[in-house]
Amino acid sequence: MYRGHVLCCGGTGCTSSGSEAIINEMEAQLKANGLENEIKVIKTGCFGLCALGPIMVVYPEGAFYSRVKVEDVKEIVEEHLLKGRIVTRLLYQETVEDDGIKSLNEVDFYKKQHRVALRNCGVIDPENIDEYIEADGYKALGKVLTEMTREEVIDEVTKSGLRGRGGGGFPTGLKWKFAYNAKGDKKFVACNADEGDPGAFMDRSILEGDPHSVIEAMAIAAYAVGADQGYIYIRAEYPIAVKRLEIAIGQARAYGLLGKNIFGTDFSFDLELRLGAGAFVCGEETALMTSIEGKRGEPRPRPPFPANQGLWAKPTLLNNVETYANITQIINNGAEWFSSIGTEKSKGTKVFALGGKINNTGLVEIPMGTTLREIIEEIGGGIPDGKKFKAAQTGGPSGGCIPAALMDTPIDYDSLIQIGSMMGSGGLIVMDEDNCMVDIAKFFLEFTVDESCGKCAPCRIGTKRLLEILTKITDGKGTMEDIDRLEELAYTIKNSSLCGLGQTAPNPVLSTLRYFRDEYIAHVKDKTCPAGVCKALSRYVINREKCKGCSLCSRQCPVGAISGKIKEPFVIDSDKCIKCGACMEACKFGAIYKK
Amino acid sequence: MEEKKRMPFKGTKEQEQQLMEVIESYKGTDGAVIPVLHAAQDIYGYLPIEVQTMIAEGLNVPLAEIYGIVTFYTQFSINPKGQYKIGVCLGTACYVKGSGDILEKIKELLGIDVGECTPDGKFSLDATRCIGACGLAPVMTINDDVYGRLTVDDVADIFSKY
Ligand SMILES: Cc1cc2nc3c(=O)[nH]c(=O)nc-3n(C[C@H](O)[C@H](O)[C@H](O)COP(=O)(O)O)c2cc1C
Ligand code: FES
Repeated sequence: MYRGHVLCCGGTGCTSSGSEAIINEMEAQLKANGLENEIKVIKTGCFGLCALGPIMVVYPEGAFYSRVKVEDVKEIVEEHLLKGRIVTRLLYQETVEDDGIKSLNEVDFYKKQHRVALRNCGVIDPENIDEYIEADGYKALGKVLTEMTREEVIDEVTKSGLRGRGGGGFPTGLKWKFAYNAKGDKKFVACNADEGDPGAFMDRSILEGDPHSVIEAMAIAAYAVGADQGYIYIRAEYPIAVKRLEIAIGQARAYGLLGKNIFGTDFSFDLELRLGAGAFVCGEETALMTSIEGKRGEPRPRPPFPANQGLWAKPTLLNNVETYANITQIINNGAEWFSSIGTEKSKGTKVFALGGKINNTGLVEIPMGTTLREIIEEIGGGIPDGKKFKAAQTGGPSGGCIPAALMDTPIDYDSLIQIGSMMGSGGLIVMDEDNCMVDIAKFFLEFTVDESCGKCAPCRIGTKRLLEILTKITDGKGTMEDIDRLEELAYTIKNSSLCGLGQTAPNPVLSTLRYFRDEYIAHVKDKTCPAGVCKALSRYVINREKCKGCSLCSRQCPVGAISGKIKEPFVIDSDKCIKCGACMEACKFGAIYKK
Repeated sequence: MEEKKRMPFKGTKEQEQQLMEVIESYKGTDGAVIPVLHAAQDIYGYLPIEVQTMIAEGLNVPLAEIYGIVTFYTQFSINPKGQYKIGVCLGTACYVKGSGDILEKIKELLGIDVGECTPDGKFSLDATRCIGACGLAPVMTINDDVYGRLTVDDVADIFSKY
């Protein structure tokens, strides 16, 4: 028995900010103080508040220390763990109250969250199967194998109303039913952990923080549809998640939870990992399967759907990581419980990776139907530096931008589609007044041009043409006809591409055109970039109030574009200026700015 | 375009031995090519044509198919990497916080483009997708070290440590 527990985040975010060194220091300090048998250090998955990492939580008090440094560990051990005095200075300040500390559930960031898929992240040690079992792990699998028929399992999942969390929102129960009905001597289940949306890390955090929840759910799915072999297709860029999955699979095998005759029944199931190799299109289900087969990950036309002809042309059930992470909860708590969360057509919760221009960057899980405003202003803590919110981007390269006027839209599958975006897998990037929407559209098109597999012409050639037109506009050479052409081409690509990549690639262009057309027009007609991002259109200007007339800038200017009298404000001749920015860097008074 | 001179292949006997063991262990497995390529890249650091040929022969798969796979996936590189591999994250979260400017600065400092290596073999530069440290955006990695909350001015200082 330990009298206290120290939970340190070992997710990718906190590891990147140095949590590994902190964990080592904590263990060393505990030893030095003879506490190693009283206090246990647990390396957990993501707590969600990555912006405040590295994070450390000490129980039983529940003290939430943020931005911990190696030097701080000694103080935490000597003051808090040895003498029982919480080190207030290091606490996450939101949790500090006059007479002690607030529970995390009362903090703005966590108050509106509802953790179902993330229930164990930041709570248990993902490398220890016993902790998972203690948290009711593998109970659902046991129940399914010993008390439920395959049909009952599918029925329960159907009744829960769960829809695919990989982006499409296809009803999960129905998909299971298709795979169940498919004829075949051999069937597979697979997990999509490719997480291609750049700027999103929900699936990775689940796998890092709670790998067994996915393994258990895959076994349940395999039982339901009649498969005996599973594959997890995971990005190679996720080394921590890969390692934890390997450990978890090994432990599950050792406990007889994977392998032959699980729970003494005649159900057998085993799992293999397959590493992706950096191709966005491999997140698409048919491309993913071609990739697992060891080929170039090119999509193939559907039908046949994977449920009938998937891996090696055998019936295959594919679900996303987060979809699986909900399954054990549905089995344990019942479909009714699950469907009581969320909206009429979108049940349960959704995990989002909050990023970009927002104070609390990190991982959040909210009930469906929460508004964007609640996520950004309350959970996310608003926009840094008092800047103004401009748009939120969901759905990554397949999605769209949501403008400020639509901030009260409830987040669910159908509402997001209606306003020209999509749920996507859960990336939510916030942009402020300093971001140029044409530039953002261009950014996503650069991505899709890069990632288009080249198999079909509309996507391969069309996206390239889209990007060329966008570049023309950001270079200040666009015409009004170009804007029309963009729109026309976008619809053509949408309607004629082979797979979801091409069919959704124009969305960033279409949604920015829909809500930020004035920015496009400013680039074309006025030859200015209102946000001051597009280099070719930006101008350097000297603030007359701040300029001291020291002449340093004019001496730095390589083309002699700056002139003036000493001790009087200088001016930049924008016809001569080559926009190198040397003057701005040189100015000691911050008098030069970009417009 | 002038073709760049290719670095001569300098594989050792030990490396070849390791590769053969990997190939042996995957023989007969469905979909073996990609895992073998991952392992080979771990062994050699990159996948020059010599290595691809060994894999083609070992797994009895046409070399053209291996080449097709290697060039399809961005994770696989047919060019050697530098001693220090720099990766600038161009994921959305990093991009909206200015990682594009950081990439430009690095290109200027090192005089190389994305996918290239400095002539002395010290640094190579890649643009990566989200590495999952969005909370620290904008982010750059050098081998296993992660540098977050970067500004354009930090870059030169960081390089001077290597
Ligand atoms: C271009 C493209 C990329 C995709 N990337 C992913 C991904 O990274 N992760 C994911 O789970 N689904 C992704 N999908 C959706 C999958 O094709 C598939 O619908 C999903 O994995 C099914 O699981 P679900 O029903 O549980 O959502 C992508 C689809 C397309 C068209
Ligand atoms: S977008 Fe750069 S780390 Fe996620």
